[in-house]
Amino acid sequence: MSALLRHEGVPLSEAMVFGLSASLSFAYIPLIKINQLPLIAYRMVPRFILNGVKKKLRLPLRFETFRSPIDGRRRLDELLDQGRVVGLQSSVFFLPYFPANMRFHFNAHNLIAYGREDDEYLVSDPVFDEPTRCRASDLQRARFVRGALAPKGLLYYFDGPVPPVNLAPLLPAAIRKNCFLMLHVPLPFVGCRGIRLLARRVRRLPEKRDPEFTRRFVGHIVRMQEEIGTGGAGFRFLYAAFLQEAAVLLGKPALQDLSLQLTTIGDEWREFALHAARINKGRDAIDLPLLHRLLTDLAKKERALFGALRRAV
Amino acid sequence: MHANEVPERSAPLFEGRHKAVYVVDEHGRYLIAKSGGTEAEVSVTEEAVSWFARLAAEARERARRGETSPLEVHMYRQRMDLPTLAQATGFWRWQVRRHLRPAGFARLSARGLARYAEALGLSLAQLQSLD
Repeated sequence: MSALLRHEGVPLSEAMVFGLSASLSFAYIPLIKINQLPLIAYRMVPRFILNGVKKKLRLPLRFETFRSPIDGRRRLDELLDQGRVVGLQSSVFFLPYFPANMRFHFNAHNLIAYGREDDEYLVSDPVFDEPTRCRASDLQRARFVRGALAPKGLLYYFDGPVPPVNLAPLLPAAIRKNCFLMLHVPLPFVGCRGIRLLARRVRRLPEKRDPEFTRRFVGHIVRMQEEIGTGGAGFRFLYAAFLQEAAVLLGKPALQDLSLQLTTIGDEWREFALHAARINKGRDAIDLPLLHRLLTDLAKKERALFGALRRAV
Repeated sequence: MHANEVPERSAPLFEGRHKAVYVVDEHGRYLIAKSGGTEAEVSVTEEAVSWFARLAAEARERARRGETSPLEVHMYRQRMDLPTLAQATGFWRWQVRRHLRPAGFARLSARGLARYAEALGLSLAQLQSLD
């Protein structure tokens, strides 16, 4: 999204897009399983993020999906030939530029295509630091896999001029909305409540009866936190970068302090991840009380942070 | 994470690539850095990979003995499990379970085989062999 906007002469950073769309979150959803392990999300799904920005900035963003892969490809080629930058949703598994051992079946991945040459597309993937190329047949397959969160060839682009953007007035509401999502959604598996719920689940893992499952569960949390997605620490760093920008735009140094606090929280998520990863590998003995304590502490700290953030705007 | 904590060298897992991460410099300002992979993320990814590899190896042994079909081997090799495979092909789970058995797999129509091959990203020949 950031790349699409930049292409239209609206230089919004990735962090700003993320913050504007109030996409930082937490959800622990045991009902949805990935390889027998529960879904743990640290941000809203891409469609939510995109729609969020679209509404806030009144962007002429157009979404298209396709029943026929051939139509999907033709449309992408058409748009690229018009000189547009196009966002795509795809599976990770069939993207050849992902290192082989990082390819798993995750279908809600987003990337940008900004050109095509011969049989290849020029793409920019948010996970990596450099743009890359992707063979057309591979991208085609990745865009049209079936399964959970199937992409259906989703693409999006701007089909009109982007209105001039005045960010400052939009930020307070966006920040408050994100605080609401972390603090006040009346569901036990969302936001800070969700983190505590996960903490309790972790404490009850069957470490004696099924240590392998216990280790896998614990490793799974880390994968959800660090594998796909931008920036690290479950997007906390990305949001902290957003708060830093917001502090300048709104002239509120308090936001800069909160940004630093969130950075510290992000570091604690990483510390949790390190302990969990060592347990997962079997390098450290299973220590559920430790993980429980770290998560509960994180829930408390995030609750305090988002409370302060809400009051600061 | 601080800029000086970012792992520079690309972990073997990353095959020479780097991930974009958000870190702070010495003034507390955010910038995007290239990470070669932190211990935690590399470790859990490697564990996930070897979990599938183990399942695939076990399945291959059972397939050689005729106790399961090549489908199970390829499923795990492509890092899928039964629900994922069912969703990716559009088959019901009970159907996939049937196709995972040697007899069920042998009775698969050409169209059924093609559906699995497509979902797994394999050719028909690959799907039907154990290698």
